[in-house]
Amino acid sequence: MIALAPPSLRVENLTLSRGGRPLFRRLGFAIRSGEALVLRGANGSGKTSLLRMLAGLTEADEGEIFWDESVCKTASAKLRLNALYLGHANALKDDLTAIENLADALSFDGVNVTQARQVDALERVGLSSRQHLVARRLSQGQKRRIGLARLVLSGKPLWLLDEPTNALDAEGVALFIRIIDEHLLAGGMACIATHLSMQIHAPMRELSLDEQVLLESSEAQAATPAAGINEVAGVDGAARVTHVAHIAQAAEAT
Amino acid sequence: MSIFKYASPSTFYPLAGKIAPWFAVVAAMLGAVGLYLGLFRAPVDFQQGEVYRIIFIHVPAAWMAMLIYLVMAAYGVMALTFNTRLSSMMMEALAPTGAMFTVLALWTGALWGKPTWGTFWAWDARMTSTLILLFLYVGYLALINAIDDKKRADKAGALLVIVGSVNVPIIYFSVKWWNTLHQGYSVATSGSSMDPSMRMPMLVMTFACWAYAIAVALWRVRAIILEREKEAAWVANLYVASPPKTSGARA
Amino acid sequence: MNSLANTTPEMLVISPENGVLLAFRRDYRLAMRSRGEIIQALVFFVIVVSLFPLAVGAESALLKRIAPGVVWVAALLSVLLTLPRIFASDYADGTLEQLAMSPYPMATIAAGKMLAHWFTTGLPLALVAPVLGVQFGLGTSELGVIVASLMLGTPVLSMIGAIGAALTLGVRGGSILMALLVLPLYIPVLIFGAGAVEASMAGIDYAANLSLLGAGLLLGALASPFAVAAAVKISLD
Repeated sequence: MIALAPPSLRVENLTLSRGGRPLFRRLGFAIRSGEALVLRGANGSGKTSLLRMLAGLTEADEGEIFWDESVCKTASAKLRLNALYLGHANALKDDLTAIENLADALSFDGVNVTQARQVDALERVGLSSRQHLVARRLSQGQKRRIGLARLVLSGKPLWLLDEPTNALDAEGVALFIRIIDEHLLAGGMACIATHLSMQIHAPMRELSLDEQVLLESSEAQAATPAAGINEVAGVDGAARVTHVAHIAQAAEAT
Repeated sequence: MSIFKYASPSTFYPLAGKIAPWFAVVAAMLGAVGLYLGLFRAPVDFQQGEVYRIIFIHVPAAWMAMLIYLVMAAYGVMALTFNTRLSSMMMEALAPTGAMFTVLALWTGALWGKPTWGTFWAWDARMTSTLILLFLYVGYLALINAIDDKKRADKAGALLVIVGSVNVPIIYFSVKWWNTLHQGYSVATSGSSMDPSMRMPMLVMTFACWAYAIAVALWRVRAIILEREKEAAWVANLYVASPPKTSGARA
Repeated sequence: MNSLANTTPEMLVISPENGVLLAFRRDYRLAMRSRGEIIQALVFFVIVVSLFPLAVGAESALLKRIAPGVVWVAALLSVLLTLPRIFASDYADGTLEQLAMSPYPMATIAAGKMLAHWFTTGLPLALVAPVLGVQFGLGTSELGVIVASLMLGTPVLSMIGAIGAALTLGVRGGSILMALLVLPLYIPVLIFGAGAVEASMAGIDYAANLSLLGAGLLLGALASPFAVAAAVKISLD
């Protein structure tokens, strides 16, 4: 994969309320190169809003987003150039074929990818025989897989993924995790909202958006009982970011 | 920074409460004086007779209709550039008053038109433009009421009014253009050759309308602030264990 | 050129022209995939115009006199009905978020989308209009003015309409609300467009009307992409 410059994303004091209801207050965290941040939280806890804010689609009430330690305004060109956001919706046009959808998405991402590589990527996500089928005739899971192909080809350092495993079958989830691992090992970053417990091998931290809930992920405790809390942040200091050190396994995967 | 101090709803709320009554008093006094001068002291028009006296309401109302829309557009620019919530609230507070003045201008225009032109509605250029202005007010009010998310409603409304205000002169020009092409009714403008005894009440009435609009907008914006900030601590403090003194000092 | 291509070796050149072109090509292709919608708008246009003789009577002098207004109002309504096409489906399937996140400035994408919308609505309307003009007894030179006025005026309808369409995305009662917002702003275009045809019928100089439409087109082309981009961002927030 492409060698990435040492990118980092840092968030400070992020505050957002929706319809008069505060979702989170003074949230702060950082994602460094090669790291994944998994967002946890009940429905409506603000996972999607946080991702959209990182993507520059939603404006925070307060707080700043730093890319490579320089402040980014909402939807700044820098953020848009470096981040890829996959939302709930698949962002596919029903009238276009799988490969047309992929090609369009990539050109709007600003990347130049040869047709051959697009075909390869579709093959990797298991759509080689469906590439000329219009999206209308693809299943939900297959549509999700086009998104995976786009992730692989986009070469963007920061992936913002909202429930990316929705509608994927077991094999699809495994494929997704492989893709994430590759991305992180190559120095990329990911922020993933999911309710699945994912066995990512690269360093992964969790952030719980449930208010006043101290998150000690059982997974985290099981994996690294001594890891401890590496960084404290979250909703007024109530929720915490737990560092899950999987470095050994990450090395294994290389 | 000092300018923005009053851009905070919690600071503006008590301030608006203090100023509004003064403007109301001024509006009532000027209104009384203006109506007295206009209805009893101004001479009878030699062409139109007593009927012309409706212009002492009609003309100020038409001016206010236009002015309030432009003021809203200015607030819209502030709302979008400085992201001040109070600007959007002021827009929302001004819009019904602006729409009211527009309706008043149309209504009085029709009442004037019947004896003067023999018809209530004559597709006169200024009447038509005012009608379109009413559509613009209605569009703004419909838009902000249709969007549930207040933040989005504020910004969408601001953008719409800004786009509308760019269009207002174009609309006025086009309607005038259309009117001359179609040789519609041409209304003799009495503005330039108006007798001072007629101009004075008109001016007084205009200031009365200004004061009225400011007073009403301030009261309305107070209601809007309370509604929007009902969760905020300072609003709770207004009513819980508040001493009989004004609660403004607290905020 | 405004190139940000050095971030990764695979970046395309992020220039404004490319943004416009990309968005135009995409929307044009999508419109061509569902050609039925383009034809439906044209049929709607023809039907609305055909209603007038049935409503006001077939007296040829009267029909000729109202022809410019009828054709223009019908064109305006046809454009109005197609406005949701610019953003609604992109908004519903998540594509609009992706476009807003694209490194291409949203204003350029908006410009491309408006251009594609005009190409698939206003342009066909302008080309069909002479047939309807003939039905209303207009002469050759008047037909030419109808086409010219529609060519200059309908892009402005697409531009103003795109602002309204973007502001009302996902709002309840969106389409009727959009009409409420957009129609008053359409009035100058209607006046100058229909005015040009009427002037030519009356044997007066119609160039002034067309010039004013052209000025409107220029102003719209300069300002509307930014207004539309702002509206899209507001609606996505």
